[in-house]
Amino acid sequence: MNKWSRRGFIGAGVLTGGALVVGVAIRPGNAVDKLRGLVAGGEGEQLVNAWVKIDRDNTVTAIVPHCEMGQGAHTTLAQMLADELDADWAKVSVMQAPADGNYVVPDAARDFVAAWSLDAPKWLEPTYNGLFTQISKLGDVLVTGGSSSVRTTGQHTMRLAGAAARQMLVAAAAARWNVPASEIVAENSTLVHKASNKRGTYGEFAEAASQESMPQTPPLKDVSQYKLMGKGLQRLDIPAKVNGEALFGIDAQVPGQKLKYVAVKAPPVPGAKVEAINTATAKTMPGVREILNMGDFVAVVADGYWQAQMALNMVEPRYSRTEGDGLDSAKLSARFAKALDDAGDTGGTSLANEGDAPGALASAAKKVVAEYKVPFVAHAAMEPINCTAWVHDGKCEIWTSTQVPLMARSAVAKALEMSNDDVTVNQLYLGGAFGRRLESDYPVQAARVAKATGYPIKMIWSREEDTRQDFYRPADTSRFWGGLDGSGKPVSWNNAFTQLNGPDGSWDVSHYDVPNRTIRHAPADMHLRFGSLRSVDHSQQGFFVESFIDELAHAAGQDPFEYRRALLSKSPRHKAVLEKVAQMSGWGTPLPEGTGRGIALVKSFGTIVAEVAEVTLQDGKPRVTKVWCCADAGYVMNPDGFAAQMEGGIIYGLTTALYSGITLKDGSVEQSNFHDFQMVRMEDAPTVMVDVINGDSKVLGGAGEPSLPPLAPAVTNAIFAATGKRIRELPIAKHFA
Amino acid sequence: MIQTTVNGKPQKLDVDPATPILWVLREQLGMTGTKFGCGVAQCGACTAHLDGQPIRSCSTPISEADGRQITTIEGLAGPEGALHPLQQAWIDAQVPQCGYCQSGQLMSAAALLRDTPKPSDDQIDAAMSGNICRCGTYERIRKAIKAAASGTER
Repeated sequence: MNKWSRRGFIGAGVLTGGALVVGVAIRPGNAVDKLRGLVAGGEGEQLVNAWVKIDRDNTVTAIVPHCEMGQGAHTTLAQMLADELDADWAKVSVMQAPADGNYVVPDAARDFVAAWSLDAPKWLEPTYNGLFTQISKLGDVLVTGGSSSVRTTGQHTMRLAGAAARQMLVAAAAARWNVPASEIVAENSTLVHKASNKRGTYGEFAEAASQESMPQTPPLKDVSQYKLMGKGLQRLDIPAKVNGEALFGIDAQVPGQKLKYVAVKAPPVPGAKVEAINTATAKTMPGVREILNMGDFVAVVADGYWQAQMALNMVEPRYSRTEGDGLDSAKLSARFAKALDDAGDTGGTSLANEGDAPGALASAAKKVVAEYKVPFVAHAAMEPINCTAWVHDGKCEIWTSTQVPLMARSAVAKALEMSNDDVTVNQLYLGGAFGRRLESDYPVQAARVAKATGYPIKMIWSREEDTRQDFYRPADTSRFWGGLDGSGKPVSWNNAFTQLNGPDGSWDVSHYDVPNRTIRHAPADMHLRFGSLRSVDHSQQGFFVESFIDELAHAAGQDPFEYRRALLSKSPRHKAVLEKVAQMSGWGTPLPEGTGRGIALVKSFGTIVAEVAEVTLQDGKPRVTKVWCCADAGYVMNPDGFAAQMEGGIIYGLTTALYSGITLKDGSVEQSNFHDFQMVRMEDAPTVMVDVINGDSKVLGGAGEPSLPPLAPAVTNAIFAATGKRIRELPIAKHFA
Repeated sequence: MIQTTVNGKPQKLDVDPATPILWVLREQLGMTGTKFGCGVAQCGACTAHLDGQPIRSCSTPISEADGRQITTIEGLAGPEGALHPLQQAWIDAQVPQCGYCQSGQLMSAAALLRDTPKPSDDQIDAAMSGNICRCGTYERIRKAIKAAASGTER
């Protein structure tokens, strides 16, 4: 990954050395000119979303506005740009766009979405509303999340930037050679005019191209013309990730400065304050520089991180009492139950209401009632939360791994009472994020400590702090009442649950033919901080909905695959994905005693995913041996990268389903590290088979999240098939202890 | 004063002998390829070799390395920078996602292959289950180890 020099430029132009630069921006607030983002002049009011730089030496740099956290976005976005540019892939590199005020205006993020919403896909609005409410409030839109990089930035700006630059290069060559532009062929970063036997590299024409007017709506390729899109190109960031060179947030250095290290501890009960600290022992320990009571946390500054952490362990903080002090998991569960009891079978906020579900239930031939529960889940990215900061001369500089560099910038500016322009965020690779790094609590913490010390510091959270101070996937309870007719077909679907954070429609079952449906939200508070965790509400809703449909199939005495399939007459793409995964997994073929298959189907982030899990009982415990996955994301830009995301979501989902359970005692999180917050390891990892269906090349779905939601129900449905035991509460492991 | 060798280079270190090797590598020597994950030898992100044996450097004091050889991810490639067969296999199988745990994964795998050139699935599980990957790259790691073991990496 190239380094950013911090020198700003806007629009198309030429840089020193003759490099052509093309920027694609979205004009906030101008919905009519929705994609007239190819700005020719910079007044600092455009939201620049993608850049391409073509140097005289014929190298191409794709400047991408998304962070790289393992999802492969840097490579796939560059691939999309390079294809439209007809660039030589061997000469393409990626640079992380700067989190800089010249590139994003403080206009409402809403306008940014409105700019796209004319031809862009309806999913964008609900996703935005649900997932990024906090960000929209701040108006900082440089975000990596919602499985959105390829389907938004890639489709709407990277491709445009490539196509525009290509057209300008062709125009420049046409002018110099005095031939019609239509006769020039661009291929592998070379321009060729066959009739006159002229050829030249992009680099040779970069400077001249910068004088050409920028096309506002360059034609984009049709699928049949793709050369790089749709290919499983190797990721550009991987070589540096096998030799220790890749720099993550935790590896940050401040040029020319020697860092001090900071360990922190916040009160275990959210909202509590640090009333007092006893530093008698800690301050005598080697390397310790300062011990700070920051009010909402304690910080120890030392010459080394280990010294800081050792000293912090000896600080005795006293915390204020809060309303959350007495809360434990059982009380919280009772609170959820009360909210649902109060809502009954018709109360709460209606989310969907078709037909007359209670009426249809009353006259149904068979009734099925079930309640499902999920616990809090922590993200547990491998790179513990950390941030490096230096406050000096009225400015603050941050080095960190974040999904929201601009939101981090605003949050730091606000905390330090500075203007946004006085805060710089340097983005490094993310050692995993899964939604945790959508929060900006840690850059603010580091900046506040750096302000107090005056010298540059690197703050690192212990794993214990990372586990206990997360923004959690919420615990939730969901109740269902289902009614079947005489043939077993569902005629009534009534559902209520307590937690609703987005994306919108995670609870939707309208792809299934169920005539009478009511779906309701009966809210219940919790005191832990909510956070988006890979697939957000889909993470629990997938489990709820696909467990219950499975229970209906069994109540009807029908095969769970055939039952779902028969309900998908209005949803041909869902049906195709389901049929494909059944075929891949050999659904219906005999299995040995104690082994079972389970199936599940969930659409999230625009991608339909069906999975079959095979579970075998070993020493009385379920072992997931194989998972088959079929996905329809519209069109897959990088099949190997896409498969890697499906595999990753499945393993992440398996940890969540099997093991993850954050529990509360006296208001505090009980778990602390990997011994009591367990992860799937190599020995637990199933073989995963992935296949895709390209169902619609015009509207793409996401990759990072959609394989997670079907995994938990596929596994619990398989456990039912293998053992007859229906798991209605996660994590699974607690039922086989 | 601790005298140790890191990736073939002798180092004299004026540090508290109780300091874990991990922090000496990262802070004193500026070698950040070895990662901090849990601090209690549970995740394997900090795996390095001490006299060729895999250790959890977050929980091994630098005093243990006195007079001995430490090898880190930065020293896994050959002298001319030629990739270790596992590193090439990792690229061929496109193993890393976020990449944070992969230094530790590679160091565990390198120790496995040195002692067991043709590991079985069970041997791979046993050697690698101390290394957590949250991105879920286990299947590709298994594939890459087998490719390196059979010499079929590119």
